Amino acid sequence: MQPSSSNFKPNAAAALADSTLQRALAKARSGFQSKRARARSELPEFDALCEQAKDIKNHTLAHLDLYLEIFEQKVTESGGRVHWARTPEQARKLILGICKEAGAHTITKGKSMVAEEIALNPALEAAGFQPVETDLGEYIVQIRKEVPSHIIAPAFHLTREQVEADFRRTHLDLDKDRSLTKPEELVAEARGILRDKFVKADVGITGANFLVAETGSSVIVTNEGNADLTHLLPRVHIVLTTIEKLVPNLSDVSGILRVLARSATGQDISMYTTFMTGPRRPGDPDGPEAYHVVLLDNGRSEMLGAEFQDMLRCIRCGSCINHCPVYGAVGGHAYGWVYPGPMGAVLTPSLIGVHEAGHLPNASSFCGRCEAVCPMKIPLPKMMRHWREREFEQGESPRIQRMSIKAWSWLARRPQLYRRVMGPLIGLLGEWGKRRGNFRWLPMAGQWLKHRDLAAPAGRSFHELWQLEQNRRIREADIRR
Amino acid sequence: MTTSLPDQPRIGLFVTCLVDLFRPSIGFAAVKLLEGAGCIVEAPLAQVCCGQPAYNSGDRADAREIARQVIESFDKYDYIVAPSGSCAGMLRKHYPALFEDEPDMAERAAAFALRCYELIAFLTDVLRVSAVHAKFSGSVTYHDSCSSLREMGTAAQPRTLLRTVEGLTLVEADQQDICCGFGGTFSVKYPDISNAMVSAKTAALAETGADLVAGGDLGCLMNIAGKLAREGSSMRVRHIAEILAGELDAPPIASRR
Amino acid sequence: MSSQSDRDAIIGAIRKNLGARGDEPGRRGRVRTRIERSPNGIIPERAGYDLAERIDQFTASLKSQGVTVEEVENLKALPGAIATILAEFNLPAQLRHGDDPLLATLDWSDTLIETQTGAAHLDDATSLSRAVTATAETGTLVLTSGTNNPSTLNFLPETHLVVLMTRDLCGSYEEAWDRIRAIYGRGNLPSTVNYVSGPSASADIEQTLVRGAHGPKRLAVFLVAEK
Repeated sequence: MQPSSSNFKPNAAAALADSTLQRALAKARSGFQSKRARARSELPEFDALCEQAKDIKNHTLAHLDLYLEIFEQKVTESGGRVHWARTPEQARKLILGICKEAGAHTITKGKSMVAEEIALNPALEAAGFQPVETDLGEYIVQIRKEVPSHIIAPAFHLTREQVEADFRRTHLDLDKDRSLTKPEELVAEARGILRDKFVKADVGITGANFLVAETGSSVIVTNEGNADLTHLLPRVHIVLTTIEKLVPNLSDVSGILRVLARSATGQDISMYTTFMTGPRRPGDPDGPEAYHVVLLDNGRSEMLGAEFQDMLRCIRCGSCINHCPVYGAVGGHAYGWVYPGPMGAVLTPSLIGVHEAGHLPNASSFCGRCEAVCPMKIPLPKMMRHWREREFEQGESPRIQRMSIKAWSWLARRPQLYRRVMGPLIGLLGEWGKRRGNFRWLPMAGQWLKHRDLAAPAGRSFHELWQLEQNRRIREADIRR
Repeated sequence: MTTSLPDQPRIGLFVTCLVDLFRPSIGFAAVKLLEGAGCIVEAPLAQVCCGQPAYNSGDRADAREIARQVIESFDKYDYIVAPSGSCAGMLRKHYPALFEDEPDMAERAAAFALRCYELIAFLTDVLRVSAVHAKFSGSVTYHDSCSSLREMGTAAQPRTLLRTVEGLTLVEADQQDICCGFGGTFSVKYPDISNAMVSAKTAALAETGADLVAGGDLGCLMNIAGKLAREGSSMRVRHIAEILAGELDAPPIASRR
Repeated sequence: MSSQSDRDAIIGAIRKNLGARGDEPGRRGRVRTRIERSPNGIIPERAGYDLAERIDQFTASLKSQGVTVEEVENLKALPGAIATILAEFNLPAQLRHGDDPLLATLDWSDTLIETQTGAAHLDDATSLSRAVTATAETGTLVLTSGTNNPSTLNFLPETHLVVLMTRDLCGSYEEAWDRIRAIYGRGNLPSTVNYVSGPSASADIEQTLVRGAHGPKRLAVFLVAEK
């Protein structure tokens, strides 16, 4: 998709003013938080499992070249094919090639953020294929011609009333008297429509939550079972995924699965976890006849061995997003690209450049909640700060901001001069603000005063008063002596 | 750190720029609490800022020079104490990382960091203060700053001490672990988002029906008090040190009286 | 379709940035060991120590997801138990299952149930599968693809019935994998292995959980005690 991350500020302002969006966000955000907290409290080993999950990924990343080679070999042995793509363009080309070769018309898709990353649907449509999203949330955003606003809940930004309106608008055979006000009615309607697509599909495309080197398997986790029907029913299954999804073996997957769903939706485990290893075997009555894995790099190999490597541990649980007060205020679309929230603030500049995505690592109060709930212990605020450092070095941050920071820092290193400058200033402000105790207007404080008052300073600095206090104490001691 | 405590530990008070400029009463309350617990307190003049504005804006070079100067001015004290979880967190958690390319200085910063504390946690965890002699009539809700809560792991200590204030009822707010939207420069770089966050915070605080919000970080408190004032709320805001020290002469933050 | 050069470029970039060559005996050895031994990590206590604990945890987990769990004494009693459930669910006395030898031995003559075999058809209302193993810790059934238990049976019909022999119930995922490795050989898996931990569900509309998204709306598990 075309990024609009450089418009973060206007995007965010529009989101804050959108009362329907605010209603949807308010309904959704607290649920994820309390469910995760409960799941964690019910598993005494949770924190230790997170440490272990972090170690598993660190080990894998340090040996990624070797695990990828083994994975490729195992996929080939099981009758599948691995394709390598350095860029989104190459990945799209590979997938279009497979779909053409299969003589495909309808293509079902399981939710894949990597597919969003490479803008796969527009490419499939342009080539004459009909891609159909089968994850309910992703299907809803597809018929709205939108993109997901959350990596695990694509329609996080919508209310049921909006979904009903979209179904009535696009499902032409829908009886207008049929009730569609309850979530179960909406789900039933989508089930009916999509069942038909599942059966028609020639090719199924899914992402992967993990790739297992030991067996050459792709692992996919869903509650709906849509990825399974996408895998099982079409003749050809394409797994579109990225190189950092690898783990060494089935024990390692087991360990990480214990923290994935708990961190994401607060479930102990998702309803379905599927290990897909090659096409159907001779004699099998179902399953895909051909099985392809497209392994995308898109900048990830360059994150290795550098300050953003830790981000490659991310398992896309969405916990950081669910707990981020900034995301909770503006929703996912304001971030302007595929990955929102704290994980997006770190990852997006790596993938589309800090020039385009510079706002994202800045739009954080560094409250640290994201890092606290990350099952992979990714130091997200630290990495956002790294981006700010890069922007500062490269002169990407706003000039006025850089100048003020420089000026403050210069003054902060000269305490005597600082006090000579600040003393009279706070004296004046203290006098001026004495009556109200705060200011509603002040020159140069517009951004602060836009939404809140500014406390008036007391008028004399601590250090000035402390000197007086010291002198008083000396005098008192002298008198006593 | 479990080294034995000197009889009269010498404390370098890191005043913080906000307390210095806006609200000296917090600094004096901190001095009173520390001296009351048997410390010798000094506030070296060669201090201004911990360097967070530069550090969090990506200006690592300036942050490092400020850190160097702070370490230089405070290294002689047994402990360095700040009435702020955020500034204490900067000294304790981030200074060592600033000197990754200077091994000698990194070592010094690491040793320095271990002696840096947030005021309330220092009182309870190091000085073993378990009660204060202060009075406050009314109900108080405590706002956890993100740095105190997550960076410094301080949550129980301020509540423990507040409960020992005579006449004070402690009430807890909903969504305690959520940021108030201050975030230093964040509040002026993204005022609208910051406003959404502080509005949610003041709503949660108001829900408690408490007379006063206490907190350990003047930045958050100026944000919350500024919003409450704009909303016309009657809720008052003070730094926890003022309440624990019984120093209530200064009017509440952003308020006339 | 992708050229060798893209593969080499990606692997090469990884090696360059990791400061590795790829032929270091230490690195290769660590990787080989990890693949060959799959050492177990932390196993949560809730995986259970003895069979009674495991059955309790397994049953409780599934029931919390709205799954019907029936304990059946032996295989002989299974058709009757299935017939009862179908009647309870108000479903036609029909089901489809695969060629699993254990299911093939079931004698349906005392029930009205008509059975068919093979992969799922679109109009099948009910399917019956045998889980090769299951794990107590999260109430998870493990089903493997093939003629014995075609994978489409797990997803297409609205009602999915699963037979699990109590002797096949494990505590943890790792233990279940050991059983699968024993069947298929280390490093090999059938085309599809499904973990099923409840009926299909979606919470995509206002984060409200609705059962019966694309897969089964109902899941019933028959735990057969026979040795």
